[in-house]
Amino acid sequence: MMDHGEAADGGTPVPSALPAGEQGAVAPRGLDPGRWVGLYSRGERTREETMDALGRELLSGIPSTGPSQGETEESPGLHRTLLLLLRLSQSCPFGETQEKCSQLLQALQDRGIKTPRQLGRGPSSFLPVEEILQEGAENAQRRIFIEAFVSTGRVDNITMVMGLHPKYLSSFWRTQYLLLCMDGPLPHHKRHYIAIMAAARHQCSYLVGLHMGEFLQAGGDPEWLQGLHCAPQKLRNLNEINKILAHRPWLITKEHIEALLKTGENSWSLAELIQALVLLTHYHSLASFVFGCGINPEIDHEGGHAFQPPSPRSCDSSPASEEGVSGSGGRDAMQEVEVLMERMKLLQECQLEEDEVTQEEMETRFELEKTESLLVAPSVDIVEHSLPHNVLCFVEDPGFGYKDFTRRGEQAPPTFRAQDYTWEDHGYSLINRLYPDVGQLLDEKFQVVYNLTYHTMAMHRGVDTSTLRRAIWNYVHCVFGIRYDDYDYGEVNQLLERSLKVYIKTVACYPEKTTRRMYTHFWRHFKHSEKVHVNLLLLEARMQAALLYALRAITRYMT
Amino acid sequence: MEKMARVTTALGGNTITGRTMFCHLDAPANAISVCRDAAQVVVAGRNIFKIYAIEEEQFVEKLNLRVGRKPSLNFSCADVVWHQMDENLLATAATNGVVVTWNLGKPSRNKQDQLFTEHKRTVNKVCFHPTEVYMLLSGSQDGYMKCFDLRKKDSVSTFSGQSESVRDVQFSIRDYFTFAATFENGNVQLWDIRRPDRYERMFTAHNGPVFCCDWHPEDRGWLATGGRDKMVKVWDMNTNRAKEIYCVQTIASVARVKWRPECKHHIATCSMMVDHNIYVWDVRRPFIPSAMFEEHKDVTTGIVWRHLHDPYFLLSGSKDSTLYQHIFKDASQPIDRANPEGLCYSLYGDLAFAAKESLISSDSNRKPYIGDRRHPIFFKRKLDPTEQFEYISSSSALSVFETDVESGSMDWFVRTAKQYVLAGRPLAELCDHNAAVAKELDRNQVAQTWTMLRIIYSSPGTVSSANLNHSMGKGSASLPLMNSFNMKDIQSGMGSESRLDRSKGESRPENILMDSSSTLINNDDNEETEGSDVPADYLLGDVEGDEDELYMMDHENPHAEEQEYILPQEAFPLRHEIVDNPSALDHLQEKADSPHVSGNEAETVSLTPVESFSLISISHSLYENRLPPDFFSPIVRDMLLFYAEQGDVQMAVSVLIVLGDRIRKEIDEQTQEHWYTSYIDLLQRFQLWNISNEVIKLSTCRAINCLNQASTTLHINCTNCKRPMSNKGWICDRCRQCASMCAVCHHVVKGLFVWCQGCSHGGHLQHIMKWLESSSHCPAGCGHLCEYT
Repeated sequence: MMDHGEAADGGTPVPSALPAGEQGAVAPRGLDPGRWVGLYSRGERTREETMDALGRELLSGIPSTGPSQGETEESPGLHRTLLLLLRLSQSCPFGETQEKCSQLLQALQDRGIKTPRQLGRGPSSFLPVEEILQEGAENAQRRIFIEAFVSTGRVDNITMVMGLHPKYLSSFWRTQYLLLCMDGPLPHHKRHYIAIMAAARHQCSYLVGLHMGEFLQAGGDPEWLQGLHCAPQKLRNLNEINKILAHRPWLITKEHIEALLKTGENSWSLAELIQALVLLTHYHSLASFVFGCGINPEIDHEGGHAFQPPSPRSCDSSPASEEGVSGSGGRDAMQEVEVLMERMKLLQECQLEEDEVTQEEMETRFELEKTESLLVAPSVDIVEHSLPHNVLCFVEDPGFGYKDFTRRGEQAPPTFRAQDYTWEDHGYSLINRLYPDVGQLLDEKFQVVYNLTYHTMAMHRGVDTSTLRRAIWNYVHCVFGIRYDDYDYGEVNQLLERSLKVYIKTVACYPEKTTRRMYTHFWRHFKHSEKVHVNLLLLEARMQAALLYALRAITRYMT
Repeated sequence: MEKMARVTTALGGNTITGRTMFCHLDAPANAISVCRDAAQVVVAGRNIFKIYAIEEEQFVEKLNLRVGRKPSLNFSCADVVWHQMDENLLATAATNGVVVTWNLGKPSRNKQDQLFTEHKRTVNKVCFHPTEVYMLLSGSQDGYMKCFDLRKKDSVSTFSGQSESVRDVQFSIRDYFTFAATFENGNVQLWDIRRPDRYERMFTAHNGPVFCCDWHPEDRGWLATGGRDKMVKVWDMNTNRAKEIYCVQTIASVARVKWRPECKHHIATCSMMVDHNIYVWDVRRPFIPSAMFEEHKDVTTGIVWRHLHDPYFLLSGSKDSTLYQHIFKDASQPIDRANPEGLCYSLYGDLAFAAKESLISSDSNRKPYIGDRRHPIFFKRKLDPTEQFEYISSSSALSVFETDVESGSMDWFVRTAKQYVLAGRPLAELCDHNAAVAKELDRNQVAQTWTMLRIIYSSPGTVSSANLNHSMGKGSASLPLMNSFNMKDIQSGMGSESRLDRSKGESRPENILMDSSSTLINNDDNEETEGSDVPADYLLGDVEGDEDELYMMDHENPHAEEQEYILPQEAFPLRHEIVDNPSALDHLQEKADSPHVSGNEAETVSLTPVESFSLISISHSLYENRLPPDFFSPIVRDMLLFYAEQGDVQMAVSVLIVLGDRIRKEIDEQTQEHWYTSYIDLLQRFQLWNISNEVIKLSTCRAINCLNQASTTLHINCTNCKRPMSNKGWICDRCRQCASMCAVCHHVVKGLFVWCQGCSHGGHLQHIMKWLESSSHCPAGCGHLCEYT
């Protein structure tokens, strides 16, 4: 699917004409950014030519004399073009284009045009920008960036952060591309609308914004963006299952599936439903990632830029320096790593030491982990950040949230036994039947993330991290009520410190409540890339869990 | 073993009776296994572990092995197996990674015997050695296989697959020491039980997990595997590399495979998801299952043949909490409902069609036509005595429809291509020459077209009177009629003609119409054409029907219709059906009498007179009015389009080249390019390299022109040092020697160098030619027998 040849222009996908976020597609004047598609071209020449044309047009339209004129009237076209330039100057994977954009911006500023300025630094507010944009990034990573840039017209912040793990990124990217852009049962604009619905459930304004743009570009009706109530009934029917999958996937039953498939004229076909389900789970868990890594808004979206000059206070918004590891806890944290390593080794080596654990014991350990996860819920007093209406309008019943299913006294739903419905055997077979290519790609993605390791841990090298990774994976599944018969949940307790558990649970279940403090507080000695790795595990484990519940319901419906 | 087995067979044959029956289990089953004597079956699952006795009319619960108040996870079975040597011995694989053995001989309620907790992950499969009482093998999700001696507390040996999870392990039935293991990553490994350090062989069998495998009970080397990729494959392991000998494509991922006893090629499968049926396949007929059991309501998780030597009883357990005994007599056989048909084209255009005889003969309307050359062949499938099914479709008919080799020949194409002159002479001469060529090949219409073109495009002064006579001679009789047309009429007439022409490919009636109108004007010519080209003894039985169509189709051209009316039928021989679309199946089947598959040529011929009709009018008016050639451009363009549409791209391209700028602007670049490429492609298929190159050279399309400018470099190596020759001279940079020496005269070859592809010696073309006339050996003395062709 990916061919990488500078010369191969007009290659695989048709680049979307407008960068996302551009709303009124028709700009009366010549500065409609849709005209600069050439900038996303693979061919150096094309990019250069487009760039030159853009520059000429911009500068010619602006009298070089007085700044007064530029201020008075600003066409929306110019506004958008400026944002486009700013974005490209930050994130274009082609060096020379990036440079040209900055130059052009500078030139415009010299002529008295108010140019925008990036707000937050870098793609993530948790990770220092230097971590992400290392000079001379790996070849593989750059290639994927280019691929993403050429086919979607942007390298979004998620992609940038995931770029820390290029192997995963390529798999992720291919899956997302297939889901959104390739052939499938659902029309393209509906796919984006479903993405919006899913992201809105977690109040993820970043994803909502991103896909509102994409939705319009795919030819969606702007009316729908007024809110869920404006969307067709068929999509609104999806709301129920969206809600459940986002927060309490174990509640999904075959009746829900039936309700979608057999409702007369607004009914879904099975293939459509599968695609919708994959999209929903994908975006729920992607929202987790967005919050878990503190992804900044895109530069050209609301909140990502400002036309005002920076105020002196806000300039240190990079998270790099503050409360670094050098602080008081340095020594302790150091020890923590050592202790963790020691435990992992023990677990790996002498499994047999404590082999006289009764089954009841194991059972209780799982239950314990489940119930304990109740306690690791984050404190409620975190300020509920008021959300813009444009996100909330896609949410019905906003009060429905994650609820621990082992509440005292209530009848808990039966535990999902992982062995009875595994992804490899059952989930894959079902998806592959109804929506063939996606099964393969998801399977690959799960495998890549599950086996991803660099054999490093904080400052140590050559470490077998499999137990740790498995603990995280299984803990996420445990939080969603999936139990592995062959796993001793005591390990989770030994390997995952409390702060990490809090973080995992928060990000997996109510990502919108994640704070920077949580992020910095766990694993204080670990590298940022390792924390992103945790987030990837989280994302995929969460997605698999939700998918398994959904697919099991479909299987039950079908039999 | 062998002897014992026989005994039980005989015994089994007598004792095993029963019917299709089932019983409800309390919980979904994960696996089942039978006791050696075929009288009991054990069912295991997450919440069930029971032994049932198989009686004549029903299953009777014999024993519940799941005891204790709060059963532990050790009872949650992923797999169960009953020992084939010792009927008291069972083993289960638990989802929590424990391997448990059970001894039914124990007096206590709890029959649990031993517990092996060595695996770290779920154990997917357990397997007893077929002849060794105490040997048990297990394969687990953690990627390890372990061999246990039941007399010891721990495993005897551990085999590491060095890859992902083990999904199945099976002892070879005949090779004492061998077992096969299948993996989640698609591999199959063969191990020697004595060598735990390394597998003996490994090969990739499937794309995605291999869920199961089964050794053939009789054939030593056969291993069947089933995978998530929906395939069942049979491997021959006798050869050095495992060879795939059969492959069955199912509709869902394959969960279990089991060879059918006593039937060498039969195998039973059930699927992991979606599909609840059990299929029995004959691996030699992989497209349709030979038997199907459709009783289960949820996926089947375990299948087992009731007795080692009895092919008629199959037991199955399912997620729908039922245990079934299937009897072969009650199986549904999809083949009953199938209508096997086969269709194939031969190299020479013959078409063979085979179908069940009943199907063909039942269609009474389909009578053989006169020209039908059908050779029905009947064959009967000999019934295999070992097989229980009778194949219902015991006889089928095979019909072969032969194509007349002559009509398919493209001789005219080659000759035309060779003889046409496309450039280098004045236009008039080119046209005349090409017209003559076409005429010689009996392609009158084409010939006339050329003549016409000459008349249109060359100034009247240059037209020799002889030529004029030639073109006018035959049509002179009807000249007065033509004279009465005024200019406008001619134009519209031409327009309608060409419109008709273009639609002609699709419908036959118009074809006849053409003939008729042409006959009126140009009788002799037409008859000649028809006679030469079409064997007239083909008469269609359904002419009337066609005529009806004809009248319906023609209402837009009343003038022609009138002509049709006044025409006596005998004036033109009825033409046979032209099969203009050989790929249309039913068409061929019904009108199979047509020997002419290539409609192009015949149609071309039949059209000739039409063109002459227009020719006459035009030429006449030319003389009268001196119209500028531009006036005809649209008509010529339509003509070219018509030829191209007809498939005679040769004509289109030739005219295009000959007329050059006169017509080029009229036709859009892309169409031209398309014609050129098609023609060049055709030429190259006929290996007319020189002509194709000439066409490329003469073409005015940029895209075509550059075709013969690509890859014109020939890289050569120095004959001495075998390094690539970099510079342009004759001396190699490295060894400072002349590289291309003639093997005969030992001088440097400048110019044409010919060399043998066998020994790579060569030299001056002339020298080598001369040398090889007298000797067959290489002139360099290398001993190679060179050949100059």
